[in-house]
Amino acid sequence: MSTTTNHLDGAEFLSAENKGLAEPAPRFKNLTKTCDYSSKNNMGVAAAIPQFQDWREAAHQVKKFSIANLDKLIVQFESNMKARGAEVMFAQDAAEANRMVLEIAREHNVKSVVKSKSMVTEELELNHVLEGAGIRPIETDLGEYIVQLAKQRPIHLVTPAMHFTAAEVGELFHKTLGEPYSAEHAKLAAIARKNLRNDYLTAEMGVSGCNFAIADTGTVVVVENEGNAGLSTATPPVHIVLVGIEKVIPRIDDLPLFLNLLGRSGTGQKLTAYTHLIHGPAVGKKLYVIFLDNGRTKVLQDPHAWQSLFCIRCGACLNACPVYRRVGGWSYGWVYPGPIGAVLTPHLVGLHKAAELPFASSLCGACNEVCPVKIDIPHQLVHLRHRAVNEPSPMNSPFERMTWKVWAWAMRGPRRYAMAMGAVRIGVRVAKYLPWHFGKLGAWTRGRELPKVPASSFRAWWRNRQNTSQPPKEKP
Amino acid sequence: MNATTPFHYKPAPRQDDPPYQKGERVAMFIPCYVDQFFPGIGEAMVSILERLGVPVDFPSEQTCCGQPAFNSGYWEESRPVIRKFCEVFAPYRWVICPSGSCSSMCRVFFPHVDPSPEVLQVSRRVFEFSEFLVDILKVTDTGATFPHKVAFHMGCHGRRELGVFDHPLQLLHSVRGMTYCELGNIEECCGFGGTFSVKLAGTSLAMGQSKVDNIVRSGADVVASGDISCLMHVGGIIQRNPATKHIRVMHLAELLAAGI
Repeated sequence: MSTTTNHLDGAEFLSAENKGLAEPAPRFKNLTKTCDYSSKNNMGVAAAIPQFQDWREAAHQVKKFSIANLDKLIVQFESNMKARGAEVMFAQDAAEANRMVLEIAREHNVKSVVKSKSMVTEELELNHVLEGAGIRPIETDLGEYIVQLAKQRPIHLVTPAMHFTAAEVGELFHKTLGEPYSAEHAKLAAIARKNLRNDYLTAEMGVSGCNFAIADTGTVVVVENEGNAGLSTATPPVHIVLVGIEKVIPRIDDLPLFLNLLGRSGTGQKLTAYTHLIHGPAVGKKLYVIFLDNGRTKVLQDPHAWQSLFCIRCGACLNACPVYRRVGGWSYGWVYPGPIGAVLTPHLVGLHKAAELPFASSLCGACNEVCPVKIDIPHQLVHLRHRAVNEPSPMNSPFERMTWKVWAWAMRGPRRYAMAMGAVRIGVRVAKYLPWHFGKLGAWTRGRELPKVPASSFRAWWRNRQNTSQPPKEKP
Repeated sequence: MNATTPFHYKPAPRQDDPPYQKGERVAMFIPCYVDQFFPGIGEAMVSILERLGVPVDFPSEQTCCGQPAFNSGYWEESRPVIRKFCEVFAPYRWVICPSGSCSSMCRVFFPHVDPSPEVLQVSRRVFEFSEFLVDILKVTDTGATFPHKVAFHMGCHGRRELGVFDHPLQLLHSVRGMTYCELGNIEECCGFGGTFSVKLAGTSLAMGQSKVDNIVRSGADVVASGDISCLMHVGGIIQRNPATKHIRVMHLAELLAAGI
């Protein structure tokens, strides 16, 4: 059985009442502010580049080419990488990838693993699997480190501990590491550095993700800001790269384009502090590259959905999304939160398990506006909604379909329309006197007044006007 | 960058060539909620257009654009409604709608459901009201006078699907006596989102509350928008709270018809 879906714990905020969201918890107030700040900052950085929109279009086209030629590009990457002594493997699902990692770990007698930030390893639940095999995983990215110590899951693709305040981190370090409490950023970073330093030196294996796998040179690109990825990939004698198959780009010449976009869209930086280009194992060391499919090839078959594979995991759509800002990343139930998660999750774990996610959007399009590779997320969401109500899924409700059938019948002629609207008018008028509201009406009046019903409709006004004042109109 | 300029301007394909000929008759598409709850918007539209010398027609066979079912995933149910729409408006070269959301349904999403030539043809002739005034009629001053403090709420569909973001502001800036109050976070969705507002009421309300907070902060006593559906939701929240009850919501067309 695949372990991927172990912690698909459902998107709770989509349950009927979703209580508590009208009054967001303080934690999410913090999140709203941070996302907003981050989004505005990114926009400012991008607006300073006149050709930024052209870059986005170019990146979109390069990704389109890459995904369309994935079969050839991966083979090219593989042969280039292998020529320099690295091993390249392919895992169909999370279980297979986990097996591969464990085998390598056993072969090299690994007791602890330093990990740099990787969303794919979250897909594998690698930490959980390693612990099960008696191997200690250590997250080295500061955000991931905090989240790991707090026994939580990342709340964001790029900034996993975004919901923590410095004071909360100070308390956490005090409680879990026995360090003196501090809420100063520099002190907190120093504490993490001190505690992690020894782990880099003693770990027998490093695990990292991969931002771009370049086919024509056979290069793994890892970008980061803290130096932790450099240490965890280069220090231990064994390095495993876990990479989703969609990360391949054709040429090293395309890399600057993506680096420019990724830094700006992710954290509002012109470039991340470190960019590692790994071409093969260092002398006397081992390098394994594991490509993970885990449902991605299925997405390739869907002509509307395949764009979601363009994603470079910058997190811009999360910051911009008004829904994500209020509900936070855990609400999305799986590894990938926010708008891109609402698209990816149903594809990767199966629509029947995550059919509610595409409905977790007001379709405002903010995600599409900021996406550096121009993924058409809102349109993907409406296509997924269409599938969700037609395929076996929790959203496929015969009752709701019946409602819409009645609606469709009523909307096919002016007389039926007048009848239906008459009923609505009466309903809204009467609702005022009802002691309690249920269903959708109750959902509306929970925090909103109903509109006032005017004496006559527009069409009544128009009819009246035509009859009294206007000469007979000519046909258009 | 102007605070109101979207990051990514994406004009939806529209049929505006050959250009509008003086005296050409235009059809009004009045969405159901405007028809039933806000008839004043339609009346204001008629008065503005007729004043500009545009003959207006209201095909009485019209019903709905099909968006509610479409957005909920029920494309099969929305398809006959869309076909009906296209049948009704087929004789007209220009279809004007006082809603960015319904207009974007017609222009952008009709082809997703039914890419037939009959639908495509009509789909591209639907214009959002302010878009029609500014881009097609080249009018930025309707001669309105409105001595109030006004904040403008930008509907997301109009802005991001149609690329209508500058148009209403240009029109507003020529209104006499009006003080424009810049809305903080103008680009953020108000949380209405059609059935989203009742399917995810909690989130929708949280988003709406932020919008109301920004409106209060702007100091405006009137909120205008090209989409009254957003304002039905935002206004509903405003009405619920005695402290904000004095703030009025109105459609751009009503504001542009004020005092003329």
